[in-house]
Amino acid sequence: MKIIACIKRVPTTDAQAKITPDGQSLDAAGFQYMTSFYDEIAVEQAILTKEALEGEVTVLTIGPSEVSKEVRECIAKGADGGVILVDPEWASRDALSTAKTLAAQLTSMGAELAFFGKVATDRDNGAVGPMVATLMGWACVTSVVELDIKADGGTAKRETENGMETVEFSLPAIITCDKGLNEPRYAGLKGIMAAKKKPLLEIPVDSTPNQAQVTRLELPAPRSAGRIVGEGADAVPALIDALRNEAKVL
Amino acid sequence: MAGYRAIDFYDLDDQFSEEEQMVRNTVRSWVSERFMPVIMEHYEAGTFPMDLVPELAELGVFGSNLPEQYGCAGLNNVSYGLICQELERGDSGLRSFVSVQGSLVMWPIHEYGSEAQKDLWLPQLASGEAIGCFGLTEPDAGSNPGGMTCRAVRHGDQWVLDGRKMWITNGGLSQVAIVWAQCEGTIRGFVVPCDTPGFSAPEQKHKFSLRASVTSELVLEEVHLPLDAMLPGAKGLRGPLSCLTQARYGIAWGAMGAAMAVFDEALEYAGERIVFDKPLAGFQIPQQKLANMATDITCGQLLALRLGRLKDAGKMTPVQVSMAKRNNVMKALEISRVGRDMLGANGISLEYGVGRHMCNLESVVTYEGTHDIHTLAIGHELTGISAYR
Repeated sequence: MKIIACIKRVPTTDAQAKITPDGQSLDAAGFQYMTSFYDEIAVEQAILTKEALEGEVTVLTIGPSEVSKEVRECIAKGADGGVILVDPEWASRDALSTAKTLAAQLTSMGAELAFFGKVATDRDNGAVGPMVATLMGWACVTSVVELDIKADGGTAKRETENGMETVEFSLPAIITCDKGLNEPRYAGLKGIMAAKKKPLLEIPVDSTPNQAQVTRLELPAPRSAGRIVGEGADAVPALIDALRNEAKVL
Repeated sequence: MAGYRAIDFYDLDDQFSEEEQMVRNTVRSWVSERFMPVIMEHYEAGTFPMDLVPELAELGVFGSNLPEQYGCAGLNNVSYGLICQELERGDSGLRSFVSVQGSLVMWPIHEYGSEAQKDLWLPQLASGEAIGCFGLTEPDAGSNPGGMTCRAVRHGDQWVLDGRKMWITNGGLSQVAIVWAQCEGTIRGFVVPCDTPGFSAPEQKHKFSLRASVTSELVLEEVHLPLDAMLPGAKGLRGPLSCLTQARYGIAWGAMGAAMAVFDEALEYAGERIVFDKPLAGFQIPQQKLANMATDITCGQLLALRLGRLKDAGKMTPVQVSMAKRNNVMKALEISRVGRDMLGANGISLEYGVGRHMCNLESVVTYEGTHDIHTLAIGHELTGISAYR
């Protein structure tokens, strides 16, 4: 089975967000990058699926050439190769533009199953996976926490706010992965050595123009300082009063 | 506490290949996620987290710079150094465990062993199914290993070993010991299965340092071994000393890992601790301490990196290793003492790492060639005059 794991390079979680003077993007100076948290789960699930059903896992991403670092890490965990769709404007592409580029590549690779993270930890859109499925006419199950895949289809469980939902789906399919689906493995040192010998292709792409544009970014307002209303049991009435009448949470 | 932020003041990342960075990052993440949550408990209990050994093996850290044909990762020496740095960021006991397994047990078997010894032991040691130890030091022979009294005498088609070894890391955890003994007028190494009758490894208790590492005596009382238990390629003191060169190489990197951990903790603490209405980090004396620490760490990192590049080029000399081990461990020890002090009363709590690293480094400065012995090695190299005796 031809399995694809789509990943996105995102700033590390300890990065300090700073907005550029034009107010439309983040200042990337000093950023370190990593594979988005949920995409690591997608890579792990792709490798687990390969181990269970046999097949081949390719890691696919859009980004600058430097994303080879993250792709190699995924290959070191057990993927068979990687493809970087090189687009200098990768960071500003909207979800649909990204999805169109990925869908074209998945088609040309003959993919039968593709895993995405449920959302990238930078833009928090959660849109690309379902859009790719729509463009390709594939089944799509999002935010999956349990998965059982056979050669012709599978069953997935999604954790929703109202409870657990079980979905049966046919292949080809796109699965977006949620926390709890698996525990991503470490790239072993032997895997890191082996990754050097596996193919990593860079393909320049002309992405389609954005149909949605970020016009303004603002940092959250700084939190105002707290107030100590008193100490011990004597302070409870004042606390209740503040919660009820000021914060209005009671 | 926030996540670990490794100091890299001179952007040394730029000097590491993508693969070297990946190795380091993998081990760094493993230490943060799997080792840090349990170290305090093990340090207090005086135990090594043996349940993590399969994970260490799965990562591939045992004998990681030995060839793939024996189940090893086949990394270069800079990668091996970075592994030591990251492991010792966790605890010197963890790095010691891996140093002994890789540099003092697997390396001599690979370097001096017969094909049969390599085929039997290296895959088991790489996979963590077997743990090894290295028996050189004796109660009355430390800095002068040539003064050892452990003896191997040939009786027919067997060697018979008698003697005692002291301060042996992993002794009581091991399935195999590399034991050095006086034998027919020279020093030879033997591969001793630890279940051989007459072999025992009582634990040395009551340590205040390297508590998360098992240290043992090795007692050999008429231990009978087949003739092929001897390491055929090692004859004379050069054998064990060459093993120590390998291990000291890793220690030079590892000590900087401990220093980096201390620095990170001290910097964070100084930023958060408010005294006289401002952070500790806003006063000149703490700033001077941090500046000194950062400078010494940067120098030590550069020393280790250059040593690693020389080793990978096949040009590293033992005395260059002496310089790096001597400098980096003493600097790390001094940094940990200052770091301990900067945390005030909290510095003596095992809830923080500084005190644990400080206590550990008191062992590291002594083992694998004391600071003073390395001073004499460098002095000998510079002057051509031996001052050991």
